[in-house]
Amino acid sequence: MAERSFLKEVKKLRMGEGEVFSGEGILAVTKALLESGVSYVAGYQGAPISHLMDVLSDAKEVLQEHGIYFENSASEATAAATLAASVNYPMRGAVTFKATVGTNVASDALANLASGGVLGGALIIVGEDYGEGSSIMQERSLAFAMKSQIWLLDPRPNLPCMVKAVKQAFELSEASNTPVMLQMRIRTCHLHGQFTASDNRTADFKTGDAVDNPVRDLDRIVLPPASFQHEQEKVQKRWPAAVEFIKSHSLNEFFSENLADIGIIVQGGVYNTLLRVLKNLGLADVFGESQIPIYVMNVAYPVIDDEVERFCQGKSAVLMVEEGQPNFTEQNISMILRQKNLTARLHGKDILPLAGEYNSERLFEGVSDFLQRYGCLEKAEKSIPVADLIPVTAVSETESAAVVQYEPSLADSVHQRPPGFCTGCPERPIFTAMKLVERELGSHHVSADIGCHLFSILPPFNLGNTTMGYGLGAAGAAAMVGSEKKRAIAVMGDGGFWHNGLTSGIANAVFNKSDNLTIIVDNSYSAATGGQDLLSSTAKNDSRSTGHEISTAVKSVGVKWVRTVTHTYDLKSMIREIREALTTGFKGPKVLIAQSECMLNKQRRLKRESRSALDEGKRVVRERFGVDADTCTGDHSCIRLSGCPSLSIKANPDPLRQDPVATVIESCVGCGLCGEVSHAAVLCPSFYRVNVVSNPRWLERYLFRMSVKIISLLQRVADRRRSRLTF
Amino acid sequence: MISEPIKIAVFAMGGEGGGVLADWIVSLAEKNGFYGQNTSVPGVAQRTGATIYYVEIFPIPVDLPGKLPVLGLMPTPGDVDVVLASELMEAGRAVQRGLVTDDRTSLISSSSRVYSISEKSSMADGRVDSESILLHAEKSAHKFVCFDMADVAQKSGSVISAVLFGALCGSGDLPFNRSQFEDTIRRGGVGVEPSLRAFESGYNEARSAKKETLQEDSWQPPDRESEDPVINSLLQRIYQFPVPTIHFIAEGVRRLVDYQDAKYAHLYLDRLKDIQTSFGGNDNLLIQETARHLALWMSYEDTIRVADLKTRSKRFERVHKEVGVSPQQVVWINEYMHPRMQEICETLPKAFGKWLSRPHFIHRLIARFTQKGRVVPTNTLFGYLLLCSLAFMKRWRRATLRYSMETKNIEAWLIMVKKAAAIDPALATELAKCQNLVKGYGDTHSRGLSSFRKISSLVDQLMKSISPGLVAKLRLAALADDQGNKLDDLIKKTQTSLGDFSE
Repeated sequence: MAERSFLKEVKKLRMGEGEVFSGEGILAVTKALLESGVSYVAGYQGAPISHLMDVLSDAKEVLQEHGIYFENSASEATAAATLAASVNYPMRGAVTFKATVGTNVASDALANLASGGVLGGALIIVGEDYGEGSSIMQERSLAFAMKSQIWLLDPRPNLPCMVKAVKQAFELSEASNTPVMLQMRIRTCHLHGQFTASDNRTADFKTGDAVDNPVRDLDRIVLPPASFQHEQEKVQKRWPAAVEFIKSHSLNEFFSENLADIGIIVQGGVYNTLLRVLKNLGLADVFGESQIPIYVMNVAYPVIDDEVERFCQGKSAVLMVEEGQPNFTEQNISMILRQKNLTARLHGKDILPLAGEYNSERLFEGVSDFLQRYGCLEKAEKSIPVADLIPVTAVSETESAAVVQYEPSLADSVHQRPPGFCTGCPERPIFTAMKLVERELGSHHVSADIGCHLFSILPPFNLGNTTMGYGLGAAGAAAMVGSEKKRAIAVMGDGGFWHNGLTSGIANAVFNKSDNLTIIVDNSYSAATGGQDLLSSTAKNDSRSTGHEISTAVKSVGVKWVRTVTHTYDLKSMIREIREALTTGFKGPKVLIAQSECMLNKQRRLKRESRSALDEGKRVVRERFGVDADTCTGDHSCIRLSGCPSLSIKANPDPLRQDPVATVIESCVGCGLCGEVSHAAVLCPSFYRVNVVSNPRWLERYLFRMSVKIISLLQRVADRRRSRLTF
Repeated sequence: MISEPIKIAVFAMGGEGGGVLADWIVSLAEKNGFYGQNTSVPGVAQRTGATIYYVEIFPIPVDLPGKLPVLGLMPTPGDVDVVLASELMEAGRAVQRGLVTDDRTSLISSSSRVYSISEKSSMADGRVDSESILLHAEKSAHKFVCFDMADVAQKSGSVISAVLFGALCGSGDLPFNRSQFEDTIRRGGVGVEPSLRAFESGYNEARSAKKETLQEDSWQPPDRESEDPVINSLLQRIYQFPVPTIHFIAEGVRRLVDYQDAKYAHLYLDRLKDIQTSFGGNDNLLIQETARHLALWMSYEDTIRVADLKTRSKRFERVHKEVGVSPQQVVWINEYMHPRMQEICETLPKAFGKWLSRPHFIHRLIARFTQKGRVVPTNTLFGYLLLCSLAFMKRWRRATLRYSMETKNIEAWLIMVKKAAAIDPALATELAKCQNLVKGYGDTHSRGLSSFRKISSLVDQLMKSISPGLVAKLRLAALADDQGNKLDDLIKKTQTSLGDFSE
């Protein structure tokens, strides 16, 4: 089950004509899909569209009511290939995944789909993971859309515009027989807002109808000579049809078109930030009334020549606000200006930063510069405040000289705070074990993968040399061979394993007789993307088939050396198996499956269970760890080997010591790793575990009371003896 | 007509309830005649990383039906009305990003700290200066509301987000009243009662606008005389030292009386006196630091000491308090201990311990039982008596192998300090501080001792030419990494550059 439940919000999906919907962007897009009459939806989770998949999973009933088929695809490639259902049949379908990693995985299917074209509307919703908060390499989907000729929508980031864009995307797709991509940026996905709903529509043609009445059209299959015909079709029929649709339905917008002789062309997704910048410069109001002409490209691709011509006609200069690089759109507009012989000066990346997200600070500087150059703004009217040195003592004691002392800049006291492993995370002990084995056998090359386990590359573990993509951990170690002394280690999550790691990593290692070790982190969920179920999940799932063991899959492709540690917190076993895998005489790929349930999900389950057990008066044990401040010497080895958020530091109560002592804070879930670490690494005797028993049975209560009685008697004697010598 | 949205940024860490707080603000606005927009960049499924939530609210214009405001998706420096921070470093981050400006921004922050991994994993004290952040925040903000919200949250059995919501209400920065705020929490429907309690505390704290000041040192010197003759003789000797150094000396004496006995404390004072009366030794800072570190070294953590501390009544009370136990519950305390052959030998009488530490049949036999760590249930009769009998061995401590080893080390160190004091008291002070490297147990202890030895042998070798600053640098280098790489590098460098002309 996914980390976040949308069961409550899903009710909003039933809203009808005229009702005001208030909620998250992701949910609004789902509602728009229902209002568009889709027949099927599929996708693969990943930030920032994980929640879209979670909403769809939770919306099972609503989808069923409208006969919509929904699938959790095995990968983005599967999702994209699913759109094949719209090639021959008049069915609308939508798939979703994270861009640009998703488009990369899906590229084969997407390119084939775009080549043959579609009959029914085919929509690809991509979560554009670009800019602040992104977790992947910084590229844009635009390049991908361009090379396969898929139309790319980048609507203004507010719910009414996005809902409209979804509906128009299907129409555009059908009008031009081309798949359409809808780009949702990170902030837009998590945007809360409102729009007025319409009635949901049930599709006339459903997936079952297609299966019952198969249609075959050789012209739509990517094989010569049809494939050559497709290329011609793309430019002769589909492109002009798209341009016609975009123009006639005003998908792009003009604001204050003739108010000034300069103008700004902006991608829809950046519109709100641009407007805020103009407002702060005193050139627009809060409702978007701008004194500077703006052309909003809600369609990022294709560029509509006529509209660009219309906007630039008679203007002395235009500024193209295009995020990311290369500046494809700016180049395109430059070509249009040249060919149409327009005199407007074109600015873009000469004024704005070449790379990086266009946040309000960067845009403020660029737009101000542009407006100043063309006399629409006085020089340096407003500037962005920069936090820097703060004078601490203003005046010195001697009257003559006012000496100003500066407080050290905040850069020293504000640290980077990247995401890390959660409290009690079962993946942490795997890396603790690797650290401890490293002490014995020296450092190894570690090929990392995508998933929570990638946090191992950060302090305190500092393990991991490369990451090549989802499920590619083992593949990334393919050429790390040829040593007599050491073996490379690859790490892979269960999510990546089922995504493609089984074939691209494990089977590849078997086929090529690799000698490396692959550690598969099996935490029962696709944890990093929000705790979705997988083939190997242990949870029961009514609508999916789970419980398929990774070890069986690994053995079936021919791995002979397979070990499973069913409790990763058992450091001794973890260390033993890793050491064994790195030193055994056995030649061939080694797979170590490290299992323990994702703590975030486990706690969600346990909390509920223990609450009801408490209510029923059953015996419930709560475990928590602690550190004795008076025996802790403040070396923090334990933290360097664990990194748990619940293992922190506090001021040393000992008046003689200065280094802070370790402490276990409230949020501890008693996973036990602290104790294991202090045993395995022979750290210190400061750790203790407390078992708090609620509703104890009579015998336990009796034993406890008896020991309390005797022990406190002995303690009183000792206290009295000590108090004699206190001063 | 209002022409500006109200802009609110929430700085929190993933999983801390920042999202809930942002949702509350939007819900509060939407229910009460405003448009509300909220967005965030949670990053990699937001596990514990720094996260910013951004909210804009705007009153629905009655005179312009259907007119929608264009609201921002990210905070703009210099253009934020309220910044809420769940933790002090995050407040610092907001200031650093220029989002807190003195013309308009109310900064509402918890003074509590959630330490960053680099602060926590330092081998000594890696904490940043909270005072500095407070100062920057105070200077940058138009209004600064700051108190320990983690504490308030814990007391009301809720989370920081509810306290922040209360403080936001109490600060009066939003155009809504208290009952509108509270209704928002009720509408949420989850954990309503504790949330409302936390809200109220936050509300009150913000209104009373107490300034958070960091705790001052409240150390009280002991009385000059005592009726007990044993203590009195110690007090007389303590007060013979210069007044500014009394603090650590008194604490040192207290520690050693508690650790062993009054005679042991006298030994401590003898050793200190020896330093003080040596040439160059009468330097307050040197005495103070030697007093501190000598006391720490003389109260080295052996098995006896650990057992002693673990069985005390005060310790039991502390554990109960930390965990939060009700009288109906039963509590079992389990210690994680790993006594190795080394510790066993060291606790035995010197000759016997030395004999046992040699590899022979008996050694191997006992070693077999020390492979695993042990979990000792301290508050069962069995566990308690086991630890007590260990603690009881205190009276024979002076005969143990460990005692003789430590005595040798301590005396060698003191001789060095004395030698250094004759050259430069500052050098001696730095050398005294190097004792901080020798701490911990097991591997940690041996690693620290080896770093200490490396530094002291280098200092011994270069005594005449080495500077106090360099000794401090060497000490920090020893604390830079677990493997001692940085220290080795620096030692090598020092030897090649300094060694030449000290010959």
